[in-house]
Amino acid sequence: MAEKAAKNTKNPRIAMPEQEPKVRARNFLEVPTGYTVKMAQEEAARCLQCKKPACVQGCPVGVDIPGFIDLLSQGDMTGAIRNLWSKNALPAVCGRVCPQESQCEGLCIVGRKGEPVAIGNLERFCADYERENGTGELPPKAEPTGKKVAVVGSGPSGLTVAGDLIVKGHDVTIFEAFHKPGGVLVYGIPEFRLPKAIVAQEVNFLERLGVKVECNAVVGKTVSIQELLDEGFDAVYIGVGAGLPRFMNIPGENLVGILSANEYLTRANLMKAYEYPKVDTPIPKGKNVTVLGAGNVAMDAARTAMRLGAEKVRVVYRRSREEMPARAAEIHHAEEEGIELFLLTNPTKYIGDENGRLTGMECLKMELGEPDASGRRRPVAIEGSEFHLETDLCIVAVGSGANPLLTAETPDIKLNRWGNIDADEANGKTTMRGVWAGGDIVTGAATVILAMGAGRAAANSMHDYLTLGW
Amino acid sequence: MFKIVRREEMAEGTVILNEIEAPLIAKKAKPGQFVILKANEEGERIPLTMADTDPEKGTITIIYMVVGKSTAIFRDLKVGDGYQDVIGPLGKATHIEKVGKVICVGGGTGVAVLHPITRALKEIGNDVTCIIGARNKGLLIMEEQMKDASNDLRVCTDDGSYGHHGFVTEVMKEVLEGGDVKLVVAIGPVPMMKAVSNITKDYDVPTMVSLNPIMVDGTGMCGGCRVTIGGETKFACVDGPEFDGHKVDYDELMLRLRAYQEEEKKCHDEYCTIRDAN
Ligand SMILES: Cc1cc2nc3c(=O)[nH]c(=O)nc-3n(C[C@H](O)[C@H](O)[C@H](O)COP(=O)(O)OP(=O)(O)OC[C@H]3O[C@@H](n4cnc5c(N)ncnc54)[C@H](O)[C@@H]3O)c2cc1C
Ligand SMILES: Cc1cc2nc3c(=O)[nH]c(=O)nc-3n(C[C@H](O)[C@H](O)[C@H](O)COP(=O)(O)OP(=O)(O)OC[C@H]3O[C@@H](n4cnc5c(N)ncnc54)[C@H](O)[C@@H]3O)c2cc1C
Ligand code: SF4
Ligand code: FES
Repeated sequence: MAEKAAKNTKNPRIAMPEQEPKVRARNFLEVPTGYTVKMAQEEAARCLQCKKPACVQGCPVGVDIPGFIDLLSQGDMTGAIRNLWSKNALPAVCGRVCPQESQCEGLCIVGRKGEPVAIGNLERFCADYERENGTGELPPKAEPTGKKVAVVGSGPSGLTVAGDLIVKGHDVTIFEAFHKPGGVLVYGIPEFRLPKAIVAQEVNFLERLGVKVECNAVVGKTVSIQELLDEGFDAVYIGVGAGLPRFMNIPGENLVGILSANEYLTRANLMKAYEYPKVDTPIPKGKNVTVLGAGNVAMDAARTAMRLGAEKVRVVYRRSREEMPARAAEIHHAEEEGIELFLLTNPTKYIGDENGRLTGMECLKMELGEPDASGRRRPVAIEGSEFHLETDLCIVAVGSGANPLLTAETPDIKLNRWGNIDADEANGKTTMRGVWAGGDIVTGAATVILAMGAGRAAANSMHDYLTLGW
Repeated sequence: MFKIVRREEMAEGTVILNEIEAPLIAKKAKPGQFVILKANEEGERIPLTMADTDPEKGTITIIYMVVGKSTAIFRDLKVGDGYQDVIGPLGKATHIEKVGKVICVGGGTGVAVLHPITRALKEIGNDVTCIIGARNKGLLIMEEQMKDASNDLRVCTDDGSYGHHGFVTEVMKEVLEGGDVKLVVAIGPVPMMKAVSNITKDYDVPTMVSLNPIMVDGTGMCGGCRVTIGGETKFACVDGPEFDGHKVDYDELMLRLRAYQEEEKKCHDEYCTIRDAN
């Protein structure tokens, strides 16, 4: 194995083919175009098949990484995808959006001497290969149990719960507030990073398994949790995400031209406003765009603005590059596309014209002080460093919180001090009998895979409840 | 699909009524709440207040003014056609309380929104004077229904073609002069609600208005509907749409309503050109 290790660390990682930065910066097509079979197998051969695979410890749902990679390198694509599915219901999504560099790939042994195995790319390859060439065969379903389950929210956590419980024989209905299922996967993450057709196919797969999807159902308004229980649902899962936009609360925030990332991305993705006027929903097109924040959401907003024809797009962040929470690949892609990072900068005031439209913003330069509660060095304003930044469109992507719409109507569910649902970490049980919760509404804004992990844990607990009792 | 079971035209075809099958919403909705409608796959999400609901029949009624592309598409839907999506009931219900003498002021399609509220205020035992207005007689809507829903109905037209010649605010002042008014409810164009609020402030009469900022989701997740109320930012879709009229920053609301004016005009003109050509 030592020999193999030496060879593997020397072999370079197979780069994922991508659209040229100049070209893709102006279109909405997916940026990485995917491995060929040959590329995938070459990359798979770099895996050492570790006896104690470190990578698996980095995966929040414990995908059998050497296992699926081995099947892939043997050419058993069906086996590889079956192996993936046993732990992860949405590999086409996770292969594209998981922060692999801080999870599986971050721990991969090959990465100690060279570049880690491209686990995410391989996961994506298997899922795409199955979608394009597979039989579409459904997994076996257990005998009907006669129990009914309601899943509120159709993001990754809700979809996971639905998928797990339908194969266990329960009758599952998803209730979704928007007119399309998928959660952040359809309204937040842009087409060029996660094609909506893939999400639609995953949902369709669940529907073929028998999951019912009721869109336009705002739980807490159209129907309440209590009513769902009264109407005969035996258990309810709440996976409503962290959809409440945060603003910075600085003067001038309601000027025309300042939008939350949620609004901007929903217009662009869910409502397909980039095709306006072919579709009816407009989206403001800035020439000189500023995005506040430095997470995945900020990168997505910035890259969308570029594709909508901006001349200049700046990401303004009060800490330094090291603290940027976005996936490394997204920051890299954004910079390649011409997006400028304005680091250690904090806006203090918006400036508008006589028509109430945004024209600029006043900012302060920052420096990093001692670490704060989050463990990151605290940004401190440099006195007298005010400067003016010209901008006609500002997208605020500084985080999001729990939307109280549903929980305000459900007093039996205990919340924590941030308004998130207080659920048992191990199994997702809330303080209301028969009701589970998971994903961003419990943890606060997190990741797709963590939301899915929470969904899986809750589904197991719900299954126990439905078959054995609370 | 949410099927249209009744369609009427009012105000010379500029205002349309649709009664739509939406049983879940009809069962739940209260006066003051709204729905969001989307005509088809490419459609925009448009918020409209429910002018009426029939829980038994399982229908809701919307009444809207045709102003841009999306409402023009709505106008072209016939009985038997449907909306692809109807979402609701959204927003807070109107707080209905017995306070005594009340004035309800409605302008344009605001009258449709005002109707269920007026009726509820009267049913609970208030003495309701209703003042409705339009630019001219032809554009006036729901006169008969408003008469039934209130104790006293006054009508105004800007051009004097019917009723009082002048603005609703003039008639409202007269009624306010009579004294004892405990509450004013005003729903209509933003400048009208602003004018009403300015007057009732002088008379120190509590005033409720219903705001109509641009919305996307209607559930508090986009922040597009933000309005400034007493110096604080509120989301009209979940904190409203009704607010204390004396605290609203109307000028900001008017500017924000014009955010997409240029794009929308282009889009609307294109749609009408295509439609007229067919
Ligand atoms: C722009 C953006 C980019 C991101 N990029 C990444 C990334 O690259 N990698 C990554 O791992 N994570 C990323 N994330 C985070 C990730 O998407 C979330 O952590 C994940 O989607 C949370 O899943 P969820 O199932 O908890 O909720 P969500 O995906 O938020 O889904 C919740 C669903 O519930 C619905 N809902 C809400 N309220 C109600 C109600 N009252 N009744 C009915 N339905 C309701 C919502 O409409 C929504 O469809 C990103 C997030 C955003 C916003
Ligand atoms: C809570 C609420 C209740 C409403 N109730 C009624 C009603 O009962 N009857 C009625 O006639 N109108 C009502 N409106 C206004 C109605 O939503 C707009 O007239 C409609 O959206 C215009 O769409 P359009 O595409 O035809 O016109 P556009 O050409 O798109 O717009 C014309 C103008 O309408 C406004 N507008 C555009 N899009 C929206 C949007 N998504 N949300 C709100 N306003 C928008 C803007 O001021 C815009 O400049 C209500 C609005 C809100 C927020
Ligand atoms: S740690 Fe790396 S080399 Fe080892 S099994 Fe995992 S992916 Fe393969
Ligand atoms: S319409 Fe999106 S928050 Fe109100």
